[in-house]
Amino acid sequence: MTDAGYPVISSLIFLPLAASVALFFIRQDGFVRGFTLVVGILECLLALPLFGYVPNGGYQFEETVAWIPAWDITYHLAVDGLSLFMVMLTAVLLPLCVLCSWTYIGKRIKEFHFCLLLMTAACVGVFTALDFVLFYVFWEAMLVPMYLLIAVWGGPERKYASIKFFLYTLAGSTLLLAAIVAFRTVGGTFDITVLTSKTFSFEFQFWTFLAMALAFAVKVPMFPLHTWLPAAHVQAPSAGSVILAAVLLKMGTYGFLRLCLPLAPAASVYFAPMMIAVSIASILYGGLIALGQKDIKKLVAYSSVAHMGFVTLGIFVLTQRGVEGAILQMLNHGITTGALFMLIGLIYERSHSREIVDNQGLGKFMPAFMFFWGLFSLSSLAFPGTNSFVGEVLVLAGTFEVNNWAGFLAIPGAMLAAAYMLRLMQKVAWGDPSSYKKKWGDLNGREWIYLMPMAFLVFYIGFAPGPALRMISPSITTVLTTVEQKNQTLGFHKDMPLAECMQLEPTARVADGAASPVSLPGKERL
Amino acid sequence: MNFDLVMPELFQLLVVVALFVQSVVRGRDDTGPRWLPVVAIIGVVVAASKLGAQGVLFEDVYRVDALSQFFKVAISLGFCVTVINAQNQPTLETQKRTDYFMMLSLSAWGLMLLASAAELITLYLALELSSYSLYALIPLRGNDRRASEAAIKYILFGAVVTAVALYGLSYIMASQHTTYIQGLMEKTWSMAENPMAVVGLTLFLGGFFYKLALFPFHFWCPDVYEGTSNETAAYVATVPKLGAVVVLVRLSSVLSPGMEVTNILAILAALSMTIGNLTALVQKDVKRLLGYSSVSHAGYVMLGLVSGTAAGLSAATFYALVYLLMNLTCFYVISRIAVNGENVTLNGLNGLYRKSPGLALVLAVSAFALVGLPPTAGFAGKLFLLASAWDHGYNWLVIVAVLNTAIAIYYYLNLVRHAYTEESDAAAPATSISSGQVAMGGILAACVLLLGVLPAPIYDLALTAGKALLP
Repeated sequence: MTDAGYPVISSLIFLPLAASVALFFIRQDGFVRGFTLVVGILECLLALPLFGYVPNGGYQFEETVAWIPAWDITYHLAVDGLSLFMVMLTAVLLPLCVLCSWTYIGKRIKEFHFCLLLMTAACVGVFTALDFVLFYVFWEAMLVPMYLLIAVWGGPERKYASIKFFLYTLAGSTLLLAAIVAFRTVGGTFDITVLTSKTFSFEFQFWTFLAMALAFAVKVPMFPLHTWLPAAHVQAPSAGSVILAAVLLKMGTYGFLRLCLPLAPAASVYFAPMMIAVSIASILYGGLIALGQKDIKKLVAYSSVAHMGFVTLGIFVLTQRGVEGAILQMLNHGITTGALFMLIGLIYERSHSREIVDNQGLGKFMPAFMFFWGLFSLSSLAFPGTNSFVGEVLVLAGTFEVNNWAGFLAIPGAMLAAAYMLRLMQKVAWGDPSSYKKKWGDLNGREWIYLMPMAFLVFYIGFAPGPALRMISPSITTVLTTVEQKNQTLGFHKDMPLAECMQLEPTARVADGAASPVSLPGKERL
Repeated sequence: MNFDLVMPELFQLLVVVALFVQSVVRGRDDTGPRWLPVVAIIGVVVAASKLGAQGVLFEDVYRVDALSQFFKVAISLGFCVTVINAQNQPTLETQKRTDYFMMLSLSAWGLMLLASAAELITLYLALELSSYSLYALIPLRGNDRRASEAAIKYILFGAVVTAVALYGLSYIMASQHTTYIQGLMEKTWSMAENPMAVVGLTLFLGGFFYKLALFPFHFWCPDVYEGTSNETAAYVATVPKLGAVVVLVRLSSVLSPGMEVTNILAILAALSMTIGNLTALVQKDVKRLLGYSSVSHAGYVMLGLVSGTAAGLSAATFYALVYLLMNLTCFYVISRIAVNGENVTLNGLNGLYRKSPGLALVLAVSAFALVGLPPTAGFAGKLFLLASAWDHGYNWLVIVAVLNTAIAIYYYLNLVRHAYTEESDAAAPATSISSGQVAMGGILAACVLLLGVLPAPIYDLALTAGKALLP
């Protein structure tokens, strides 16, 4: 229970769940939309107490209930600086997604909103779960509604895209399950907070890091595991793309921060150069491919690969600034790319095409649209004064602190972003217009309503990143200090040869109660 | 004799007798036992009320304990769902209905006896009792020639495996001089010291692997599922497997981790999962697909058995119940879609969403449960199995199992994909599914979800059973 007087996080999970069940009893489409919108607004209101988070680096709004006592599995939820803004973003996106799908979705309306509500519940769950099994449950539970969002309401290639999405992400996360089981056997519990307090041998960290990192890298997605993303993004309906870009991709980077760094700190440091290299490859590859796209949505999708590359780069430079930038960039990418997908959706409703050539020269006919398009494009290319600028600068600064070469290699990524976004903006705003565009109306009231909050956040974080950074900084310090201390306990140093690392066993393990054999229900032969 | 101990079996026997009487004295206008679903539900209640019963009967060959009572509830539940499912079986002639359900009840009764058998010969007799009635049921499918083929395959394979098991039993008797499981637990089971016993046990286990359709005893499985009627397949695919699992769980208490037989089981489990899943990938007939998938599930159950701990045995016990539920749910949908009792292909599921949104959702829940996706019961079951195997050092087997889950996603997802995203052939006849039938499917799907979200109470029962087995 919290100061708010009610379990804030559980209410954020169970409100959409309960609403999704209630939808079955509603018949009229208009009422379904209205009802989900009200639930979305309620969800935002219920999330308001989260602003009371005190930045002290610890977990808050904690809830713990025994779930499967025989295996020590608990329903354990909390937020800290790493997850706070992602939970808020998820809550805010629900009503916005309902609004942006208001006229876009014309069939199976009830089921669409059902999926949207389930997604929201599962996403909040992933960002707040502090029990490994609970985390995995939410992690996988969001796959089904997302699959259906793409497969049922998607574009012409939706079947291919949805299956690819499902297979990639589920195949990636099966090894995460093996890692979870391994952590329990060696660590004696599924509780992430307890596991974080333990130090594991390097060899154990090595393998579990690889298993977890594979799951997270697919979700981010990192090059070369990214191929599901453009297909899924392009085929998904607007709301699907928004949630995919804003929340789903962040689960991967969140997993790195929440699980890989504290649970496998030595392996994280050991693999950091590789992860940095892959991040830079993602940045450059995503940028270059985006430059050659003719489909607006595909362009933004590939730009996501590049932007998420910045996030993983920020995480694995393992400096305070880098990780701060990474978390801020997670939020920023959610806002900016989410908004871009909303804009693409509304223009698609008018032109029924996502090709650049069919959507040129809108500056003259749709000035309000162009204002938002310009704003979010500038934010996407990290223009000073916008939110992404702050994040990207912090990531680059953090990178330069560690390795100049990595910093230099990442810089062209920022330039590529300017190239592809400005090229796109130039065509959409000032390309040769075709005559029928005169008939298109500019933004209507509903569209204004869902774009305004996003625009506000772009400016707010851009001009005053301080409050957000103050909230997330202490948690980052906690994570990085944990990494450093545990590596010292283990006697690990990043320049050690692998053979030597593999011999490292934690000397303090007996003291902290994780000594083997562990007393588990599975160990005893009763 | 304390009749209270054997109440579920007595009740089931009463059902068999009642059906027998009806089949003998029926008139020309007999439309089958319409009263059976209600009685079957009462059977579940009776079995559940005797969950805590404990005791031994008949010179200790019959043991009523937590394990047997857990399985009796599961068997009566499976029987109940099968009876409801088979009420309007389209390929079954009206005058054969009573006999059909009598055979079905007899088989369930045999399985209940199997759950309590604590001695090898009793086990063997109970196994045969449950099998013989199925030999008669499988060919009952109108004039479909595939049914005869399925019956012949089931009987021939069954006979051979029975002979092998009996042969193994003789080896065990000769080398260990006892047929009581309790007595066998105190003997040595090392290949070096007592090779005859180890070979005997392996052969004897073969009989139950056949029921479970574990590789390489699985060849009958897809053909029989394909050949027999949908409703009979729903029973054959689920309830007899419970019988196999209960015996394997009981015999596993003989095994200790790391011994040769356990390693053989682990290898068979890995092969069963992999071959079952890979073959299922290319199937077009849904029943064949489920047949091969059950081969892979047999492999998963073995994960719990090889760990040889209370937690492992209870994980296997729990998974058996979960498997029964999710597979019955899937078969229930298939039986409803096939109006004329024909086999359903993947393409036959096309547009199910339009025809019956309720059934499509039920199918999706069961398919995702079979994959092991949270928050369904399939996930909880699989998690317990994986954790118990990893706890006992079978890390490689856990890795094989999770990789197999990745393979399985494709074909289970295909069921959902066809139901939700493919449009049906316009010329296809419209199916009439009543809201009552959808509601029954909904109850099954809700159970699958509930057991996934709140597995603790049922798992605790399974854990009590597991703990009681190992001294």
